[in-house]
Amino acid sequence: MFSRLLSSLILLAAAVSPLAHGEEVVVYSARNEQLIKPVFDAYTRATGVTIRFITDKEGPLMQRLKAEGPNTPADLLLTVDAGNLWQAAEEGLLAPVNSPILQSNVPASLRDPGNRWFGLSVRARTIVYNTDRVRASDLSTYEDLADPKWKGRLCLRTSKKVYNQSLVAMLIAEHGEAKTERIVRGWVANLATDPFADDTKMMEAVAAGQCDVGIGNTYYYGRLMEKKPNLPLALFWPNQQGSGVHVNISGAGVTRYAKNRAGAIRLLEWLSSPDAQNLFADVNLEYPVNPQVKPAPAVAAWGEFKRNPINVAKAGELQAAAVKLMDRAGYK
Amino acid sequence: MSAHALPERKAPSGAFAFFRKRGRLSAWRLFTFTLCVLVAIPLLVVASSLLHPDRETWRHLADNVLPELIRHTLLLTLGVSVAAGILGTGLAWLTAVCDFPGRRFFSWSLMLPLALPAYVTGFVLVGLLDFTGPIATLLRQWFGPQVRLPPIRSGGGAALALTLALYPYVYLLARHAFLSQGKRALEVGQSLGLSRRQGFLRIALPLARPWIAGGVALVAMETLADFGTVAVFNYDTFTTGIYKAWYSLFSLPAAAQLASLLILFVFVVLFLEQRLRAGMRYTPTGRSAGRERLVLTGFGRLAAPLFCGAVLTVAFIVPVGQLLWWALGVAAQDLDLRYWAYLGRSLLLAGMAATLITATALLLAYARRQQRGALTDAMVRFATLGYAVPGAVLAIGIYLPIAWFDRLYIGLMGELFGREAGPLLAGTLLAMLSAYLVRFLAVAHEPLAAALQRITPSMDEAARSLGLCSRQLIQRVHLPLLKGGVVTAMILVFVDVMKEMPITLMTRPFGWDTLATRIFEMTSEGEWERAALPAVALLVAGLFPVILLTRQTER
Repeated sequence: MFSRLLSSLILLAAAVSPLAHGEEVVVYSARNEQLIKPVFDAYTRATGVTIRFITDKEGPLMQRLKAEGPNTPADLLLTVDAGNLWQAAEEGLLAPVNSPILQSNVPASLRDPGNRWFGLSVRARTIVYNTDRVRASDLSTYEDLADPKWKGRLCLRTSKKVYNQSLVAMLIAEHGEAKTERIVRGWVANLATDPFADDTKMMEAVAAGQCDVGIGNTYYYGRLMEKKPNLPLALFWPNQQGSGVHVNISGAGVTRYAKNRAGAIRLLEWLSSPDAQNLFADVNLEYPVNPQVKPAPAVAAWGEFKRNPINVAKAGELQAAAVKLMDRAGYK
Repeated sequence: MSAHALPERKAPSGAFAFFRKRGRLSAWRLFTFTLCVLVAIPLLVVASSLLHPDRETWRHLADNVLPELIRHTLLLTLGVSVAAGILGTGLAWLTAVCDFPGRRFFSWSLMLPLALPAYVTGFVLVGLLDFTGPIATLLRQWFGPQVRLPPIRSGGGAALALTLALYPYVYLLARHAFLSQGKRALEVGQSLGLSRRQGFLRIALPLARPWIAGGVALVAMETLADFGTVAVFNYDTFTTGIYKAWYSLFSLPAAAQLASLLILFVFVVLFLEQRLRAGMRYTPTGRSAGRERLVLTGFGRLAAPLFCGAVLTVAFIVPVGQLLWWALGVAAQDLDLRYWAYLGRSLLLAGMAATLITATALLLAYARRQQRGALTDAMVRFATLGYAVPGAVLAIGIYLPIAWFDRLYIGLMGELFGREAGPLLAGTLLAMLSAYLVRFLAVAHEPLAAALQRITPSMDEAARSLGLCSRQLIQRVHLPLLKGGVVTAMILVFVDVMKEMPITLMTRPFGWDTLATRIFEMTSEGEWERAALPAVALLVAGLFPVILLTRQTER
């Protein structure tokens, strides 16, 4: 019975594996299916190239790439957060790409200095505040949120989320570890309640008055306000007199052992082009990386702001240091 | 007598002698050993990290987070095991042995929370009971802004969610024990002047111990491996440390070392527990058919349905109500034909896995019955450890050997035949099912091992003396007696595979998205409303087989 089961399983596996016809690009994506599929579908419509993809978290995807080595079917690795891309490049999973199109479409601070990965959309992590209880003029910088005047008024998302790790990494790049640790300790001392598991819950707590101010990604704010437009919540762009708002990216790189390297590069170039940029950024209310492309109207309504120009690769380099620092500071 | 000790047969000593029994090669031993090796590979891959210590990451974790993680983990595991053990056993006793209004309804409906992933229960609890939730908001509106509920995002909250989601493991196993327990022992007890309560504590409960212990072991292992639920409550446990080392400090070696420690801990605990009841044999006393239930009267007649109803409400009706509410809100936007495909794949995978894993577990349980001894016990324990390893870590441990095998195969094909071959295992259902086998063998093994303990050697001897051959013995004596255990095992594996995420994500073939991966896509972006739709679909798909199978075993 067992062998019969086994052989029928193998038959089944053979039946579901797709037939090879036409060009095909294989993508390992840490960007969710609902955010990436519309973009891939548009590419297939425009070029006739089929895209096969699998989604998972960054960590498992990278381990999978590593384990498969030269036999990997993947041509492109797509992730959120520069830290993950930096790590993938460090581990030799990505190959450099020399493309004038990518270099002109993606600003230098949003791609790898070694051309192994490229940002495709920009995510801004900024301050949200309760408009009933805080005036915009009370706010200034991320660092200021460590001031005792915010005692019992601050809400944060957990330090386990990579977005906060990148933010702290950028603070380390700017201030060094000692001063950054003081800032993070100040945040922890000001917390109104334990850190939240996600940005949305954190923002709802700010709106409900459990605390007055928090730090979050803009697209979570956008999604929340779409559903509940009457919440007393607003965005504030911090550090405008200084280094600018902390930004991160979602992006991609061509895998080292890509079977269809040329196809992967063409897809990557297309993703950075104006045609795709709107689509890629809009589905998640993010900002386009391509400076020629304007953000979606809903996103543009949040106003213009100065971005931190430091290369996002720094977030990857300093991520481990940031995590350890947050552990020491008691930021859960 | 309920439980009595038999002298243990000594296992032959020596590595080679191990495979031999009275001079013949023992197929059972060979089978146990092979299976153990198969299951051991991923665990050994994980444990091999101990050879390459990442001292820097270790030091940081040991200095800053480990003491708290260990304390949290022990507290949580102990709390959930005890709470789920008491709740599951109590409810099982009520619905299996007592009679009260609504008993028939509760006897199957109390199993329903099994189909809900624990982190979904957790998220709903946080949504309802946190500061911004409807209950706290109402209380503030009525009684002023100072009114606060106890903080739900805490260890207590996580323990509550896990208990509500996991008690069905104990319930299902204990209920089966009580139902199949002979009535005679209780009658003897009563004739000796034991009250009903004493009868429960001193006769029925000890008799059901292997089942209850099996259920609690599953609960404890699931709690140790849990990541999703504790993440919802932001309550840091050992698993959190593993993921922190891997995802945040980019040290897979450190993560794997932590995971090995966890495996070692579970192994020691399970082995000790095994040794503790190694000498016990459990045999049914008297016929179980045609039993009468204890009819509750007075206070109990009212309290029993109220209690069952309260548990069902908190563990199932409220979370499902919330999910349905959310799902209705997004159904118009999200619900489309693809859902049939998600559903079909989930059912197919769960069905195949349940069959394969239950069959394997049955063979494993038989192997242990045929070959008693500490070494066999240890190997069986080892083969069922996968359940206690955090899913994503186990997925790596499984994927590495798969990829290694493919590389070997592709290299060989290239050298021998000079042609380019594709991977043979990676991205196939075979790889996926093997991974499920490693993860869920324990889930099928616990109920089967407990059920097999009921079949006494004297029953075998009697059957043989009547001229039955081995095959007839199994077909005509064992299988009917094991049916309940087999059904229980299949239900548990079926529902667990439907809910499983990390292994499904990592090993699925292209395009093989299931309901669980759909939930992952939504929850990983915090879109809980949109995750509700696949969660409800998963629930419905998981419930039908559960209810059908339950009805079948119901007497």
